[in-house]
Amino acid sequence: MFSFNGKTLSLHAKVQGDTVAIMISGTMNVKSIAFIEPLLKQLLTHPLPSQTFEWHLQEVTHFDSAAALLLYTFDKKAQSLGATCKFYAQTNHQNIIDAVYHRHYESGGVMERRLNAVATIGKTAVTKYHGFKDFLAFVGELFAALLIYILNPKSIRFKEIYAAIEESSINALGIIALTTFLIGVVLAYQSAIQLKTYGANIFIVDMLGISVLRELAPLIAAIVIAGRSGSAFAAQIGVMKITEELDAMKTMGFDPYLFLVLPRIIALMIMMPLIIFFADVMAMLGGMVVASIELGISAELFLDRFNEAVAMKHFFIGISKGPFFGFLIAAIGIFRGLMVENDTRSIGVNTTKSVVEAIFMVIICDAIFSIIYTNIGI
Amino acid sequence: MQGVIEANHIVTRFGENVVHEDINLHVNRGEIYGLLGPSGCGKTTLMKEMVLLQRYQGGSMKVLGYDLNSITHKKAQELRQQWGVLFQFGALYSSLNIYDNIAVSLREYTTISEALIAEIVSYKLDIVGLEQRVKEQYPSQISGGMKKKAGLARALVMDPKLLFLDEPTSGLDPISAREFDALILRLRERFDLSIVMVTHDLDSIEATLDRAAILDEKRVVAEGNLEMIKATDNLFIKTFFKGR
Repeated sequence: MFSFNGKTLSLHAKVQGDTVAIMISGTMNVKSIAFIEPLLKQLLTHPLPSQTFEWHLQEVTHFDSAAALLLYTFDKKAQSLGATCKFYAQTNHQNIIDAVYHRHYESGGVMERRLNAVATIGKTAVTKYHGFKDFLAFVGELFAALLIYILNPKSIRFKEIYAAIEESSINALGIIALTTFLIGVVLAYQSAIQLKTYGANIFIVDMLGISVLRELAPLIAAIVIAGRSGSAFAAQIGVMKITEELDAMKTMGFDPYLFLVLPRIIALMIMMPLIIFFADVMAMLGGMVVASIELGISAELFLDRFNEAVAMKHFFIGISKGPFFGFLIAAIGIFRGLMVENDTRSIGVNTTKSVVEAIFMVIICDAIFSIIYTNIGI
Repeated sequence: MQGVIEANHIVTRFGENVVHEDINLHVNRGEIYGLLGPSGCGKTTLMKEMVLLQRYQGGSMKVLGYDLNSITHKKAQELRQQWGVLFQFGALYSSLNIYDNIAVSLREYTTISEALIAEIVSYKLDIVGLEQRVKEQYPSQISGGMKKKAGLARALVMDPKLLFLDEPTSGLDPISAREFDALILRLRERFDLSIVMVTHDLDSIEATLDRAAILDEKRVVAEGNLEMIKATDNLFIKTFFKGR
């Protein structure tokens, strides 16, 4: 009928009287059977070439369970079409075939791997709903723990707060300085070109002062802290959850909310305003450098004008956002850490989510502040 | 007769810290071979060197006839498809379900149809004694013992000639541990396997090992069957096999 000659195995099938004889020689293993698998399908097409298939496997040198399973599936299919198979193999190969026939399960089909659209939407909705409920539970526990702090100030973990301040804020000052300084430079440079054409050089101070103090410094600082410290909280607490450190703490009577969660949140709420102040200074410094190089405005003149044109309220508005941003970044980072499940992938997923969600929430919060401050007229 | 693993004068150092000074051992085809010794003696390190996860600093090692000192990338890939490794905690890929964990090598290294892959995965789950329904579950959803069995099914998927087991019975309850021993013996019978394992479990040692090497003081202090090992005059051996 047909034959196949491969590098490692060859197969000859021919009709002999009322049977089909299939001769195989060479290596029949998980890799080589891929070549003959499609050929065997041809043998089982309608109408069947014969009612009996004789497999002559005496010439096979290597034989593994994948090959045995191939023969098994062929036999089952042949049986369903009313044909039978006979195997002639070396004893040790026959043992492998027998082992495959001796089983405790039904062969399942190929796994269904895609959900349909409706199921996907439903599943996503349920997951989101549970996520929201978890977040509410987290906020509830947070305020309960805060109450313990307030009612019993001795339980405040000052040492942990200091550690969190150092790790999440002080150590971030370098990158904050660099980013905000460059933002100041870029902003000043772009506006310098425009202002020069109108001869309005000195207004660069007003422009920079108000936009940086009110909006840009707080926002940039929050984004950097969310990317740097929020994600660190999520990963750190996520790993502690996987290694069961959180459970260990609970059994020893250390409430993780008092020892891990609140110290980090308080640390960022205290430090965010200071970070914003630092960011203000660095961004203005960047602006000053460009103003003196591009527009010939000396540092003295710049500061004079700054005093005159930029009201204190802008500075305070910027700073006032700090604790809120700090709370959002720390709370989301820690919440995401607590959501980590017992596998490594969920650390990655939750760390990413912590950054994305924190930045998103910071921007929403900033927009709300804008509306409030505009409405009360400052 | 050529052994499946031959290690000659292996030296391993981590910086100043010498782990192996002069390790010689020989694993024969078809046997279950144990690497035993006190903790910190470098059993796991030695096994990692056998499976190309770690380099040794001196000596030579042959695995399934491949000389690890001069192995090329291509040969190493070839060798890696001829052994299976079971890690202590299964080391299943957490982003894949059990079915995909077992099927991953088949998809990567062969061109057989998905229907036959499904068939092979089901069969391997069956021989390690797992129910078919765990296929859809993820590693985080199953127990430690099941993870080990699934890891073993994954190690067996290419029908390897050589199987490495790192503490296969640790963390299992005594009944599951004895079942695991029986499973190992059955697999050797059925697949003509050679097995190298690191273990501390005395019952497991008595039940499964044909030969073993005792690593102590940076050397192999005894190699052979259990009677020969127990007859060796060494403090660790005396305490370890006390009363057996």
